[in-house]
Amino acid sequence: MIEFKNVSKVYANGVKALNNINLKIDEGEFVAIIGLSGAGKSTLLRLINKLIESSGGEVLFEGQSVTKAKGKELINIRRQIGMIFQGFNIVKRMSVLSNVLSGRVAYNPTWKTILGIFPEEDKQIAYRALQRVDIIEKVHNRASDLSGGQQQRVAIARALAQQPKIMLADEPVASLDPITTIQVMDYLKKINVEDGITTIANLHHVDLALKYATRVVGIKAGDIVYDIQMKNVNKEKFFRDLEMVYGRSIQNDDVLGANNG
Amino acid sequence: MDKIIIPKPKRFKRNLIILSVIFLIVGSGWFAGFNIFEVLTHLYKGGRLLGRMFFPPDFSYIPNIVAPMIETIRMAIVGTAVGAVVALPVAVLAANNFIKTKWLHVPLRVVLNIFRTIPALVLASLFVAVFGSGAFSGVIALSIFTFGLVSKLTYETIEAVDYGQVEALMSLGANKLNVLRYAIMPQIMPQYMSYTLYGFEVNVRAAAVLGYVGAGGIGQIYETNLAWRQFDRVGMIIIFTFFIVLIIDLVSSSIRKRLV
Ligand SMILES: Nc1ncnc2c1ncn2[C@@H]1O[C@H](COP(=O)(O)OP(=O)(O)OP(=O)(O)O)[C@@H](O)[C@H]1O
Ligand SMILES: [Mg+2]
Repeated sequence: MIEFKNVSKVYANGVKALNNINLKIDEGEFVAIIGLSGAGKSTLLRLINKLIESSGGEVLFEGQSVTKAKGKELINIRRQIGMIFQGFNIVKRMSVLSNVLSGRVAYNPTWKTILGIFPEEDKQIAYRALQRVDIIEKVHNRASDLSGGQQQRVAIARALAQQPKIMLADEPVASLDPITTIQVMDYLKKINVEDGITTIANLHHVDLALKYATRVVGIKAGDIVYDIQMKNVNKEKFFRDLEMVYGRSIQNDDVLGANNG
Repeated sequence: MDKIIIPKPKRFKRNLIILSVIFLIVGSGWFAGFNIFEVLTHLYKGGRLLGRMFFPPDFSYIPNIVAPMIETIRMAIVGTAVGAVVALPVAVLAANNFIKTKWLHVPLRVVLNIFRTIPALVLASLFVAVFGSGAFSGVIALSIFTFGLVSKLTYETIEAVDYGQVEALMSLGANKLNVLRYAIMPQIMPQYMSYTLYGFEVNVRAAAVLGYVGAGGIGQIYETNLAWRQFDRVGMIIIFTFFIVLIIDLVSSSIRKRLV
C-alpha cells in the first residue's frame, strides 16, 4: 500500500534526516514509528503525502509514485490520505462542521467549496465522521471552544471525512493528558480495525506502541534499525529491543504508564 | 544575616538616549526658527481669535454643517471600502508564504510601501489637479491611502498565520484557493476587519481636512468661512467635527477591541 524505495531526505540546511529508507506497509496495518527526537519520524511521515519533497528514491502509494505526482494527481493522492498532528491543526476560528467539511474540498469543484457549498451527501459524511468520534453534539461550536482532546477528535473526524485509505498521525497524543491520550488512541484503533484504514503513527510512548500497534518500526538517526510485527511480542523483550533504537535504556519519560491494560 | 547587595544597574545607555532625544528636540526647534518670545506675543492674538471662535460659536450655523459632514463621512466610508476590498487580494499576493515566487511579492511590497508613505492630503491635491475639485478626488485619495495601510498590515498578518493549519489543509488535498479560503482567511479575517475599521477612523479625520485642497467634505466650508473671517462659524465647524470624530473613534475602536 505504501512503499519507500531507497528514500533519503536532506534538508536545505544540510541536515540528513533520512538515509536510504526501504519500507513496505501493507493494508490494514497499524504501524507505530518510534525513535528519539530528531530521528526522522516526522520526515518519514511527511514524505508519504509529499508535504515535503524527498531528495532521492521514490515513495509509492498503491503503486503510484507520490514523489513524481504534481497538481491534480497529487491532490488525488492526498485526499485519500488523512493526517492528524500533535498540534491538532484544526482551524480554530471555524465551526466544527466547517472543519470537518473542509475534509471534502478535494472531492468538490473549487468554486463551490470557496462559496462554502457542499452537497448533502458530504454533510452526511461529515456528520457520520463526527459521530464516529462521539463529538456530534459539538457540530455547531467554534473549534477554539473545544478542549485539546475534543479538538483532536475533530481533526480525526476531518480526516475521516476524506474517506481515506491511510491515516497518518504525527505524535497525535503528545499534547494530551494520559486519560485523553487513551481515548484518542482508542478511536484511532477503532477506525483502523473497523474501517480497515491503514494507520501510521509516530508515537513518543513505547507502551502505547506496544498496546496499539500491529507493527513497530524504530528509526535512529535517519535509519530504520528495528522493524517487528507485534503479534505475540513479549513486553520485556520488546523494551529491551528498544534500547537499540534509543541507544539507551527505556526511561519513565518513554512510557505513558496511565493505562497499560 | 548577610546583607544582600545588588549593584545598581548601569544607566549609561538610557541616559545617552535621553540626552540624544533632548538634543534632537532642542536642535530641531532651533533649526525651525522656534522662538519662545514669538510664541508668547502670538499667544495674545491667538487668544483673541479663540474668543471669536468659541465664545460663543455660531450655533445657528449647525444646519449648514450637517450636509458637508455627511458628505465627509460618506467619502470616508466609500474610500475605506474601496481601498480595503482591493487591499485584500493584493495582500495575499504580497505575502511571502502564500505565493513563494520572489519576483512577485518583492516589487509589490516596494510599491505598497511607497503608497503607504504618501499622506492622504498630498494624494488629494494630486487628484484635484487631475480630476478637478470635489468629493470624487477625495474618495480616490482616501481609497489609495486605505489600500496602502490595510494591504501592508494584512500581508504582515498573513505571513504570521499558524502554518500548521495551512499544512493540514494541504495534507487533505486542498488546492491553493481552498487553502486560502479554509486555512488563511479564517485566521486573518478579524485582523483584516480591524485594520479596515482603523483605516476608517483615520479616513474620517483625513476626509475632514481634504476639503482644504478642494477635495470635498467639511474642509471645504471650513476653508470658505476662514477666508471670510467668520470665526464663530469656524468654531462651530471645529466643535461639530470634533464630536463626530470622537464618536466614530469610540464606536469603531470598541468594535475593534471585540474583534481580535
Ligand atoms: N524543515 C526543516 N529544515 C531543516 N531541518 C529539519 C527540518 N525539519 C526537520 N529537520 C531536521 O531533520 C531531522 C529529523 O527531523 P524530524 O522532524 O523528522 O524528527 P522527529 O523524529 O520527528 O523528531 P521529534 O520527535 O522531535 O518530532 C532533525 O535533525 C531536524 O532538526
Ligand atoms: Mg516529529
